[in-house]
Amino acid sequence: MSQTDFSVRVASVTPVAETIKRFRFERVDGEALPIFSGGAHIVVSMKDGSVTRRNAYSLMSDPADPSGYEISVAKAEESRGGSVFMHEKVKVGDVLTISAPVNLFSPDWRGRKHILIAGGIGITPFMSMMAQFDKAGVAFELHYAVRERARGAYLEDLVARYGSARVKTYVSEEGTRIPLEDILTRQPLGTHLYVCGPDRLIAGVLDAGRDAGWPDYNLHAEHFLTPPPGKPFSVELTRSGKTVAVGEHESILEALEAAGVDAPYLCRGGACGQCETGVAACEGILLHNDLFLSDDEKASGKKIMICVSRFEGQRVALEL
Amino acid sequence: MLVEPIKSRPVYKGITVDPRARRHIFVLEGEGANALLEQKDKLTPAILAETDILYVARGSVGRGYEEALAALDAGSDWTAPTVETLLFRLKVVLGSADMGTRLYIAGTEGFIGQAMQIALDAGMDYSAIPTEHRGSLARRVQCVHCKGITENVTTSPFTCTHCGLSLFVRDHYSRRIGAFQGVIIDAEEPGNVPEPEELYL
Amino acid sequence: MAIVFRQETFRDDFTYRNSPENIRRFPFPFPDDNYMYSVNMEPHVKGAAGTVFENLIDVDEHYISEMADRALVLKADPLRYQALPHMMQAQWDTLELLMEQQAAGYPEHFTLEKNGDRWRWINRPLGIDDTFTFGDLTTLPMEPLEYISRQTQGDITIVDQRDNNLWMDAGMVTTQADWSLDFDVGMNFMEWHGPVPLAHQQGVFERALKFLLNMQLGKPIRRYNWTMTINPRLDTSPENYPKWGKDRTTVTPENVGDKVHLRVEVQTLWRLPRSNALLFVIRCYLMNMSELVTVPKWANRFHRVLGSLPTELVDYKGITRYRDVTVEWLSKYDDGAPTSAGTFPD
Repeated sequence: MSQTDFSVRVASVTPVAETIKRFRFERVDGEALPIFSGGAHIVVSMKDGSVTRRNAYSLMSDPADPSGYEISVAKAEESRGGSVFMHEKVKVGDVLTISAPVNLFSPDWRGRKHILIAGGIGITPFMSMMAQFDKAGVAFELHYAVRERARGAYLEDLVARYGSARVKTYVSEEGTRIPLEDILTRQPLGTHLYVCGPDRLIAGVLDAGRDAGWPDYNLHAEHFLTPPPGKPFSVELTRSGKTVAVGEHESILEALEAAGVDAPYLCRGGACGQCETGVAACEGILLHNDLFLSDDEKASGKKIMICVSRFEGQRVALEL
Repeated sequence: MLVEPIKSRPVYKGITVDPRARRHIFVLEGEGANALLEQKDKLTPAILAETDILYVARGSVGRGYEEALAALDAGSDWTAPTVETLLFRLKVVLGSADMGTRLYIAGTEGFIGQAMQIALDAGMDYSAIPTEHRGSLARRVQCVHCKGITENVTTSPFTCTHCGLSLFVRDHYSRRIGAFQGVIIDAEEPGNVPEPEELYL
Repeated sequence: MAIVFRQETFRDDFTYRNSPENIRRFPFPFPDDNYMYSVNMEPHVKGAAGTVFENLIDVDEHYISEMADRALVLKADPLRYQALPHMMQAQWDTLELLMEQQAAGYPEHFTLEKNGDRWRWINRPLGIDDTFTFGDLTTLPMEPLEYISRQTQGDITIVDQRDNNLWMDAGMVTTQADWSLDFDVGMNFMEWHGPVPLAHQQGVFERALKFLLNMQLGKPIRRYNWTMTINPRLDTSPENYPKWGKDRTTVTPENVGDKVHLRVEVQTLWRLPRSNALLFVIRCYLMNMSELVTVPKWANRFHRVLGSLPTELVDYKGITRYRDVTVEWLSKYDDGAPTSAGTFPD
């Protein structure tokens, strides 16, 4: 456990919608957790038998409240185990380890207005953001789309808290959709837009924004990248001299951790660059899945982000 | 072309009309008019209908572009008598502009810097504003001592038009101020001022 | 143990001196006999008693006099304090961090009492006892950053993080080595380091930026920087260069010991909680050559470092005029013996 990890007890588990549960964590030693910034996430470590799973979740509680952290977990259909474990195994009173908050989706505080677009569980980072905007008197509006009402977390709560002028909800089963064109036109200079949710929603919103003439700079997205599965392979480590097998549903980072190799990470989603690792030898193809390395860096074959990227071929050696 | 590797100086990458923008505001000084005129073939009637041109000649340089710009038949086309009046109108125009607006700036570095300040104040980010350097290499310089700005500096050292100190021009640029930094040259040996060199013509 | 604060000046008659105890805790920055620019970042964790790392925000015998000098600088030039409007949340983060660290490190001098958002701050050396509401600007006599930086040794800048870069969007800078906050405010990391020679080509700043962007809450880091200053003058700003530039021509073989100072910056960098901004505390320590040579290891090493400094850096640091005479003076104190590892006195 590094010095900025915290041992926490599950204080409550609350079903909020079909397939979505909210978890509240409080420190085992009773001390305060760090205050954080809207859009931040934590990494939750779960001991599942002999396996330690680590998943990143956006914090959704009030950032100014150090008494506990809250996250919402959707039970993923193609779960790699983390969300299923949270849903089925984690009970009130259990002890877990969480990281200090990290923010890779911070709002641009210069913004004169902030438009938040959420799809499904993508609502969570906006909940902490809105608490900060509201307190600071910053203009914002939320457009929140869910597939069906029964799966929509916090629909009524958010309208009640921030009012129907600032919070608009859409239910695709009921035929209501986010009116992107209306939202994107006539916004004053200095407006920033943030989108979080499924890849298709993100791509659609970013594209609509560019089509409405918005500069890329003002369009922000949080991708929930999960390590994609792939063919098993093994990696040689030049510093430790180990060879580690990477399974079909496992990232290189997870395989290294399981083998007791210490590797750096922050986001575990291909975004932050912390786990960038040098490639010492490569006979085959590096399958780059991250958002961090430039196209040139990816083509060079000298670096890999071990949290999401994979390998296919005869032999790969990493500088670890 | 400005090729010196000054890390704090903005890179003026050149202007290309962004067909996805819903409105285009061109702010042009002197020979900067060419930055727009040279891409005539990309200016469809639909783009031109949503285009506003704010133009100012640069002293005796850049006269004669009025007619060429007028011939584009843009949505609006205005020639300002001075840089100051142009900046004043730009401020009003941006005050009611929306996120679909693209601002393009072309002219000397000092002009780009001043128009950029108006745009930043209006809430735009500099990275979303295409710029193109045209014309003289004269610099706009702020005296770090009295904070006064001297326009069209072509030599180093030069005399601050506000406090009268002899300043050398440091290769350090502030976007917020829209100027290079001028620092006294004879602080260590008062009166020992080298001959001015014409560096920025 | 309570610090005995000195009454001294950093201008005019320059009465600033270090006590023998303070000399031994000076943050001598050179790990080798040769100098090379490097990122040299390390975790900012508490160090041994009797060093400047005994507490995470260091307060020493010069505290009261440094704060008095800062007030004089601000009176003459209020532009030394700058904060862009979007940095208010980061200002409160900074106030909290500096109050908590000073109160934790020096309970006999500083006390912070929190009762919800109602806070009481007692600063005994400066005779301050204020009660205010955290987050409510109207309850402080000035903006939070200005308030706390008038009570903290060292320059302070707050950098905003956005678009994979860091932006110097607020600060209090009165003890700087020749850079202007008023000019640099609003610049990004690459821009404000623009004038530094050599390092850009070596990719130093790219690596440093990447590291800083991923800095975590609760894991501050520190690095050293250094230059030299004639007379113990804290405010060597470009703004006031007409006032201090002449000092550089006054060095003679007879007065090197008193006039020539090693100026060390210990920069501590912190992730801030509410704003996700980074706080840079740039603490300046001054020590004249006569004080420096009282530590034989430092006399040997500094003589060698200064003698081997590349010309670009000699010029950039502004020490061209008096480097040679200082090296000559120091040579009398270099016994030629190898120096021990590390930076601390033997």
